[in-house]
Amino acid sequence: MTAQLFRQTGWMVVRQVRNLMREPIWIAMMVIQPMLWLLLYGQLLKRVGAQGQSSGSYIEFLTPGVIAMNAFFGGMWSGMAMISDLDRHVIDRFLAAPTVRVAIVLSQVVRAAVTAILQALILLLVALALGVRVHGGVGGWLVVFAGAALLSAVFAGFSHGIALLMRREASMIAAANFVGMPLMFLSSILVTVALMPGWIRAIARFNPVNWGTRAMRNAVMAGGDWGPTLIYLALLVAVAAATALFATWCFRAYQRSI
Amino acid sequence: MDAIVAEELRKHYKTVQALDGVSFSVREGEVFGLLGPNGAGKSTTVRILTTLTRADSGRAFVAGEDVAQHPNRVRRAIGYVAQDSGVDWEATGRENLLLQGRIHGMFGKDLHARVDELLELVGLQDAASRVARGYSGGMKRRLDIAIGLVHKPKVLFLDEPTTGLDPEARAAMWVEVERLAAAESLTILLTTHYLEEADRLAERVAIVSKGRIVAEGTPEKLKRDLRGESVSVELAEQNGRVDEAERIVAGIGTEVKVDGQVLRARVPNGAQAIPVILGALDDAGIEVASVTTARPSLDDVYLHYTGRDFTTEDEGRA
Repeated sequence: MTAQLFRQTGWMVVRQVRNLMREPIWIAMMVIQPMLWLLLYGQLLKRVGAQGQSSGSYIEFLTPGVIAMNAFFGGMWSGMAMISDLDRHVIDRFLAAPTVRVAIVLSQVVRAAVTAILQALILLLVALALGVRVHGGVGGWLVVFAGAALLSAVFAGFSHGIALLMRREASMIAAANFVGMPLMFLSSILVTVALMPGWIRAIARFNPVNWGTRAMRNAVMAGGDWGPTLIYLALLVAVAAATALFATWCFRAYQRSI
Repeated sequence: MDAIVAEELRKHYKTVQALDGVSFSVREGEVFGLLGPNGAGKSTTVRILTTLTRADSGRAFVAGEDVAQHPNRVRRAIGYVAQDSGVDWEATGRENLLLQGRIHGMFGKDLHARVDELLELVGLQDAASRVARGYSGGMKRRLDIAIGLVHKPKVLFLDEPTTGLDPEARAAMWVEVERLAAAESLTILLTTHYLEEADRLAERVAIVSKGRIVAEGTPEKLKRDLRGESVSVELAEQNGRVDEAERIVAGIGTEVKVDGQVLRARVPNGAQAIPVILGALDDAGIEVASVTTARPSLDDVYLHYTGRDFTTEDEGRA
């Protein structure tokens, strides 16, 4: 069962990566979009964003934020691939074969996580060119990659569950925006915690997007004192497992409806 | 042993009772046809038998395994070609087949040899390295069938295999299915809403209407059970007296059906009925262009058992 799970997940990841590699526009967007965010937000919020922080430039503050934003939106939208597979009846074909349900979800989660890591790497390289330094050293780089992968995984699981429940592109887009936008503004992606009103600060404590952002920000801006960072990452692992199970459970709801 | 057994399957979707007690069985090695219009419950039956969804009540066994108790055992034993193509458009024909084989636990040389064999069997060897997005409808359909056969299943489900194909591709598909049934010694459950398709391919047929099976047997038996013959009378002119002619014919034959200027009816004996019908119409001053009799077709069987014309029910529900 476990061997089967890994094998099937592996081959399904191969399928998705291969199919994506056949979409040059997708590759271009994946590379260019995060850079655009970094440069745009960096310029727009240069004066306000860094208020309330003790050291470092705003771009240094913003880099982990944009990595987090990219990772979690990437995960959030990844369910569109499920909608397309449902529309093309590829999922039905898999379900009538001895496919491990979790493998279908995991392959999508892994694809989203790998994409998030690649984008995080691109962003870090651009940020380095803009003078940002990763103060956490090698450990800092690893935390950034782990944070990006986990944030993406958390929302990929959620997104695929929603996709299986909604099964329509338009509903999916509405749901992703409805959940995604508030989560972004209820986090410290763009502004420091010190600048937040009390009630947002209170909510942000429970926001996975904020956990990932804070873990990565510590890795980039400070380094050392890894305790809270590791707790944030551990929390993200737990939530990622929960959303993946949720998505797997949603296959049942889907199968009841057909 | 029976390859497929369905016992009193029931299923509803919200307010619609899709299946209302469907029972039938298919012998090993047999080609069995579920015949009925769209919405009759054929696809729902297939989705239950292929473990895609569950029945509200009733039991089903495929290849000796209970579909609800041991779905994975069933999945290993079956090939499923759904009504809608399940081809991954962004992958090549070969990649589609390889992934399906890997899901079934195949690998290495055996898998590649099987994939090559199937590509040749369905005539896709030249297109094997092209992305399926560019395939024609017929090619996608053939790839679907190859995908369903990768792991050498015992039972193959073909849900509307020729819907959406042009007549030429449909005829080619029939030859294909006949060849496969022989070459792979498969049990095949085929659903279709084409009468001629069931007549041509299936050794036994069950007619499905409104979630129930209303008749079952070989196409020959079903036609034979329908004693008598069908008579069709074409009226000579556009004289607005079709209704009157219908009344006259209804006094002689049964199950009268009007299609433009053509009246169809069932009679016990064509040779005896024709002079009577012609005489009665002549008395009424209605001119006749032609009269033919025919042994009953599955079309007549369908009309007889459901009380509805096949094509009109189809349109009404589609």
